[in-house]
Amino acid sequence: MTRYVLGRVAQAVGVLWAAYTVTFAVLYLLPSDPVALQLGAAGIETDKLSPSQLDAAMARYDLDRPVLEQYLTHLWNALHGDFGMSISKQVPVTDLLVDRIGATAALSLLAGTLSLIGGFALAYSASYLRWRPARLLLSRLPSVGASFPQFFVGLLLIQVFAFNLAWFPATGTDGFSSLVLPAVTISLLTSSVLAQVLMRSFDETLRQPYIVTARAKGLSRAAVQWKHAFRNAALPAMTILGVVVGLTVTSAIVTETVFSRNGIGKLAQEAVIAQDVPVVLAIVTFAAALFVVVNLVVDLLYPLLDPRIVHVQKVSR
Amino acid sequence: MSILNPRPGRTSTSGLERAVDEALLSEAVIDDGDLGGRRANLRAAVGTLARKPGFVLALVFTIFVVLTAFVPSWFAGHDPYATSPSDRLLSPSLSHPFGTDEIGRDLWSRVVHGSALTIKATIIALAIAIVAGLTLGVVSGFFGGIVDALIMRAVDVLLAIPSLLFALAIVTALGFGTVPVAIAVGIGIIPGFARTTRAEVLRVKTLPYVEAARAGGASWLRVLVRHVLPNSWGPVAVLAVLDTGVAIIAIASLSFLGFGAAPPAAEWGTLISAGRNFLITAPWVPLLPGLFVAAVVLSLNHISKTFQELAR
Amino acid sequence: MTTPTPVETDSPLVTVADLHVGYVRRRRSVPAVAGIDLTIRSGEIVALVGESGSGKTTVANTLIGLLPDNATIGGGSVVVDGVEVVGAKERTLRSLRGSVVGLVPQDPMVGLNPTRRIGAQVAESVRLRGVSGPQVDAEVLELLDQAGIDDPALRARQYPHELSGGLRQRVLIAIALAGKPRLIIADEPTSALDVTVQSTILDHLERLVRDSGTSLLIITHDLAVAADRSDRVVVLQHGRIVEQGRPADILVRPAHEYTRRLIAAAPGLANGGRIVPHFDLAPSEVATPDPIIRLESVSKAYARPGGGDRFLALDDVTIEVARGRTHALVGESGSGKTTALRLALGLEQVTSGRVILDGTDITGLGWKQTRPLRRTIQLVHQNPYASLDPRFTIGQSIVEPLVSFKIGDRASRAARAAELLDQVSLPSSYRDRLPSELSGGQRQRVAIARALALSPELILLDEPVSALDVSVQEQILQLLTELQERLGLSYLFISHDLAVVAQVSHTVSVLNRGTVVESGSVAQVFGSPQSQYTHQLIDAIPGQRAEAAAHVEEVAHV
Repeated sequence: MTRYVLGRVAQAVGVLWAAYTVTFAVLYLLPSDPVALQLGAAGIETDKLSPSQLDAAMARYDLDRPVLEQYLTHLWNALHGDFGMSISKQVPVTDLLVDRIGATAALSLLAGTLSLIGGFALAYSASYLRWRPARLLLSRLPSVGASFPQFFVGLLLIQVFAFNLAWFPATGTDGFSSLVLPAVTISLLTSSVLAQVLMRSFDETLRQPYIVTARAKGLSRAAVQWKHAFRNAALPAMTILGVVVGLTVTSAIVTETVFSRNGIGKLAQEAVIAQDVPVVLAIVTFAAALFVVVNLVVDLLYPLLDPRIVHVQKVSR
Repeated sequence: MSILNPRPGRTSTSGLERAVDEALLSEAVIDDGDLGGRRANLRAAVGTLARKPGFVLALVFTIFVVLTAFVPSWFAGHDPYATSPSDRLLSPSLSHPFGTDEIGRDLWSRVVHGSALTIKATIIALAIAIVAGLTLGVVSGFFGGIVDALIMRAVDVLLAIPSLLFALAIVTALGFGTVPVAIAVGIGIIPGFARTTRAEVLRVKTLPYVEAARAGGASWLRVLVRHVLPNSWGPVAVLAVLDTGVAIIAIASLSFLGFGAAPPAAEWGTLISAGRNFLITAPWVPLLPGLFVAAVVLSLNHISKTFQELAR
Repeated sequence: MTTPTPVETDSPLVTVADLHVGYVRRRRSVPAVAGIDLTIRSGEIVALVGESGSGKTTVANTLIGLLPDNATIGGGSVVVDGVEVVGAKERTLRSLRGSVVGLVPQDPMVGLNPTRRIGAQVAESVRLRGVSGPQVDAEVLELLDQAGIDDPALRARQYPHELSGGLRQRVLIAIALAGKPRLIIADEPTSALDVTVQSTILDHLERLVRDSGTSLLIITHDLAVAADRSDRVVVLQHGRIVEQGRPADILVRPAHEYTRRLIAAAPGLANGGRIVPHFDLAPSEVATPDPIIRLESVSKAYARPGGGDRFLALDDVTIEVARGRTHALVGESGSGKTTALRLALGLEQVTSGRVILDGTDITGLGWKQTRPLRRTIQLVHQNPYASLDPRFTIGQSIVEPLVSFKIGDRASRAARAAELLDQVSLPSSYRDRLPSELSGGQRQRVAIARALALSPELILLDEPVSALDVSVQEQILQLLTELQERLGLSYLFISHDLAVVAQVSHTVSVLNRGTVVESGSVAQVFGSPQSQYTHQLIDAIPGQRAEAAAHVEEVAHV
């Protein structure tokens, strides 16, 4: 058991390290001229500098050393929670993140709650209803929900609920009321994804022979659905929680931009516009860490919830 | 239970389904007089699809959009760049179906011309995803062993980075524009493709008819080309259609965020982003193009879903 | 516990009158049950016998009100315990389920909810009867005990995956009994289990219903099982009843041609409950100097998942197939017979021992080196529904080995395909069809034709008829025997069914847990079995009891 947990944690750390490395490679090796890219972000135009000025500027941003050395320094510092200086804002990246994380965390929590409720309610009722038209309608909803681009949903919500009805503020980061519209925007997509997976899982579960056994006992459909189908259907769906969390984080980028909320998502958008490499690297690493941790937790919890799974070596892959 | 049966459940069907299968068994066998064969099967499938109005509508709309990307002039009555200060922010009408923007450009023409950029970016993205994803998935699933382990570890790592964020990193490195956005989105889709392809190849690889072909002396290459690939492309194709919608949303999102083509050329996302300043005074400026994008994605999702149901 | 009161009244417990049921698929209604009349009296055991497509499962599902959504009852009436089921509301049907009609489903491996404890699943049924409090626990333990489960207190706390298939079936029986129903429907209750487990469970179920006066409806494809256990056998074909009556009457004087065919195909019934081998080799003829294939003291070990000891699937097994003869490998699941076949085919490598094919030692040779030999050895797979590529036409499938070995050109292959189709008695017009347009038996013929394409000397037959209906089995076995005579083929025949083995084999090896417990000519091994295990297998063949009873009556009659 302990061995399994340790192994699983080590694997998670390995994936996170690899994700950091891949992102670093993209940002530092892919550009044709990484120096010009980064100095450009600081407002310095490299072709207007004299060679000595250029050397000084490169030294200032540690760009004069070989890439491998830069990588090791960055990795070492990142391990200590230091992601370097934002080139465009001239503040430590970590400070920027800490400053912005609250707004995004609140938004993600509300969006997550809404999408769990929405996704489960939709899938549960779609598989419970007997009336075919209603059933068909509900089963089509998730694919419709997933089709609307989030910037469109956001703008539509602003138009209706902020401008026409004036129930919620259109933009801003102040208080709970400013959270509602962006959270709904995000959860429309995430609950659709969740509902799609759950619906498939319910369909599959309700076809299992033990459901017939349960119905033959004389249990009502409601009891069969709740006592026999729910847990068996929800368990496999747990494995996509990591994906849903990842989706929530990326949704924050578009949503916070639409609603002008000062969170990590908007920071990411600003950083890309300014080509602020250290900030982009930090945010990607942060999101990957979140995904890895959620998956780790799900993997460690799963056996506690499903009696069939015991910890054995992974032989299926 | 012995170790020989590692996955209990999942395989057997219930009595209910068995009853249906039993009843239909006689139907599966056609008369000796009938020819049957491939063509008849294809005709039956087309017949089934043609009777689904939703599917036909989605297909027609998708074809229309693809056409607008390649011959926008057939569908747009106005020059997308021609400004007309007297026609600022006109609401939708017969001559301007989507209205006009803040400098009097016809929005419908701008959307139609925006197709050219967005759809071409989508095609680039999908081409990258399909070529790389299919190759990785087939190689991984078919050869197994260390190759499989290495590829799948790499895929796991890519999956750990939310794809839109990874696309942001690539766009940061490559710079802005339609092509960098397309490349970024394409790379983001690769892992999902590779996984699905691998799973299908693995599934088909262990089927008895593949073993039968091997026992009949077929080489691995022949088994791959003649049995495994033709029988595993179904779910992969469904995913490809679905991912087309995903790619369109991702490309539109990236251009909405300001990373797409430089003005005055406008992708769908850029149009909507530019229009959002006029949400109060002229809501159609951002909303109608947005609705258009949603309709395209919805059509693709519906086509994908219909194929999926047909395959079942 | 209240004593059950079997009321012997004139009004039957179940009355089915002119029942019609169909299934809708692709806007077409396919009839499954076409006008069935049936009665079941209190305490009576009735067996519904039929092959796939006969509508037997549909009748059972109608009785318990669990027809799938796409089923439509086209007419007729079904009265269960005074309640009309046809057109009844879900609420009415639910009041019948469990308390009036109980169900023992087909496959015990998947019939229990994997994430709930056994005790909770039995308790659910007990509570539905209105029992509450500590009484529930007491009844659960009693029910498990009644169903023949040792240590009920331990089992009740376990999850289904911790129990063997036989035990799970007993739990399902306990669940069916828990509602104290007046009728229990047993839907192919033991088909998924090994023969030796089958008979003990059926004995137990029969005793339970007889003791409590409950009616039992057995749904089965096996006339022998039906005849052994029931008071009345009802034979179904294409949704209609072709014959019904007491087992002894039906066995001795079957009125319908179809019943006669079923009896002929059921070995336990056809020959007075004894297995009569088709070939009778003298013991001196068993040994052969030059076998086509010989597995010599082979062992095969698999690593257990999670490390630990290795698992021996085969342990020092020697098997050989004489030229022009059939050698059978018999055993229950997990006996290692499939492993032996895969070793013979070269799909897996032996851990120790030697494999000698046609005089050549092929042990440890790679795929490339054995490829030329592949022409002499071919495989026919168990499941004809999965062994043909759904995208290949029949013609393409048949000539595929020729294409693989680059034999002949287009025209000669087409000619060969026609010839092969003719050999397996399929019309040549089938060449352009897809597998989905063929029945199971026809598909198996195609698989045989494909195996013949390279004119092999040895064909490995992996349970070639176990997925087929009894009457179709007969035809395929016939075909195999004919082909052997005409082409001089040798067969290695894998089966769990002793009767099938006796019909086609010259010699046999009985496998149990990876070792050969007995081998020799079929006549010798089945006629005077030396090992305890072979005895058990032979005793478990259904139909012997009914046949004996019928025989006694016949003698008395004369």
